[in-house]
Amino acid sequence: MANLSGKGAIVGLGMTEMTREYTKSAAGLAAEAIRLAIDDAGLLKEDIDGLLINAGVTQGISTGLQRALGMRDLRLVNHMNGQGSTAGQMVQFATMAIEAEMASAVVCVFADSPLRPGMSAGAAYAGGAAGGPTGLRGLGRSYGFFGTNLSYALAARRHMGLYGTTNDHFGAVAVSNRKWATMNPAAMQRGEMTIDDYHGSRWIVEPFHLLDCTLVTNGAVAVVVTSAERARDLKQPPVHVLGMGQGHPGNPQRAGYENEINTGAALAKETAFGMAGVTVDDIDIAELYDCYTYTTLVTLEDYGFCEKGEGGAFVADGRLEPGGALPTNTGGGQLSGYYMWGMTPLSEAVIQARGQGGERQVEKHDTVLVSTQGGILDHHATLILSPHPSNQ
Amino acid sequence: MTEQPTKPVPTPDAESQPFFDGAKRGVLMLRRCNACSASLHPATETCTECLSDDLTWAEASGRGALHSFGLMHQNYHPAFTDELPYNLAVVELDEGPRFNSNVVGIDSDALTVGMALEVTFEQYSDEISLPKFRPAG
Repeated sequence: MANLSGKGAIVGLGMTEMTREYTKSAAGLAAEAIRLAIDDAGLLKEDIDGLLINAGVTQGISTGLQRALGMRDLRLVNHMNGQGSTAGQMVQFATMAIEAEMASAVVCVFADSPLRPGMSAGAAYAGGAAGGPTGLRGLGRSYGFFGTNLSYALAARRHMGLYGTTNDHFGAVAVSNRKWATMNPAAMQRGEMTIDDYHGSRWIVEPFHLLDCTLVTNGAVAVVVTSAERARDLKQPPVHVLGMGQGHPGNPQRAGYENEINTGAALAKETAFGMAGVTVDDIDIAELYDCYTYTTLVTLEDYGFCEKGEGGAFVADGRLEPGGALPTNTGGGQLSGYYMWGMTPLSEAVIQARGQGGERQVEKHDTVLVSTQGGILDHHATLILSPHPSNQ
Repeated sequence: MTEQPTKPVPTPDAESQPFFDGAKRGVLMLRRCNACSASLHPATETCTECLSDDLTWAEASGRGALHSFGLMHQNYHPAFTDELPYNLAVVELDEGPRFNSNVVGIDSDALTVGMALEVTFEQYSDEISLPKFRPAG
């Protein structure tokens, strides 16, 4: 098959307000983000002939979105679910469909509204805490296994046990994110945060403090993908897709499988960096899925920015911060910015690649890594984005 | 009258009955693949190593190592409130499968990744006991 490097481009970005308040349904948020993205691209609704959908934890949107938006004669529609990796995957499948001439302009959207009045963020992701299990399904509840935070805490603890990673390391990630977030008007947490604030925040499930965990968010993000050729004449500077890849290492929860410390980022990287013809040394900005501080740290290892097990030392010296050698999660990420699953790193990557980051814009933004991740480090999708149609 | 809330007690079904029968008599039961002999988690329906669905039950040694652990501080269920923070353990059994449980008989501060563990059983009701783990003697 032909190399798809540079064939597709992201030409539109639409984001709703990111909020803890319930303003409207996920479908309503999705519609708003799509309208904004199409307008941002300088296109009309009639120009869109593909719609790829990723629902969040509430499963509030589906293929019914087409009906709600009155979109006619689409040539590509799907409700995709690679969990948190879906945003990256949607751009990949959109690019493939466009290159195969199955569609010409594809909207990819994520929307969720898990927070309602009186519901805590933990409850939104608790996954049914009541009742005794039938048989062995849900047996964890009998032992007190509840919530997604726990699953990632177990992954982080394994890394700590094997490599000596510490809460100081995790805290460095959280502090770096917050420094970026102070410069992002769309970020939900913009107040100053120190490493002492991190250590002083309450435990959720050890080894995670509150400030190790993402901010559950109501909102929606949409992007428009089209061909690089068509992108030249549109309203915004095109953001070219130079590389794409996925990695799904598998985890049957038995000896020999260690996807929680050796994630699918390594496999996804091989394909994506190979397609783009880049190495880690070429990456100017890293936008990484950071549902927890640990996720950033382990993902950096798996892309090869440092050796396996050395992520703690790598993040500890301010390297990820504004002015650091590897600007990472430059909008505050999911920890201090907003939790739109894979759309968090993707949206910020588009902003940076266009050079529209304002106060937080990274000067050199020729090659931007986007890493989207889902499940409990089960699924991974990588994009290499650039303002240039090739890396030559 | 106040009633102490009880932890969620599983109700055995046909597939899982041998696991609960084993636990009641103090034995940890695993699935074993008749086609490739792999030992599998008791909830397994299809062998993850060879895709066979020809599985039987076999007794585990009850020995393993602490793969990872966490300490829960969040109050999800009233029966666990008095135990906060309590430990949650992933135990990699010597036979290969990982089993989610709790470690008992040790202060949570003393838990370490890789420590040797052995199974013990805790009674949840007249009919139901569940495997827990303690430091290997």
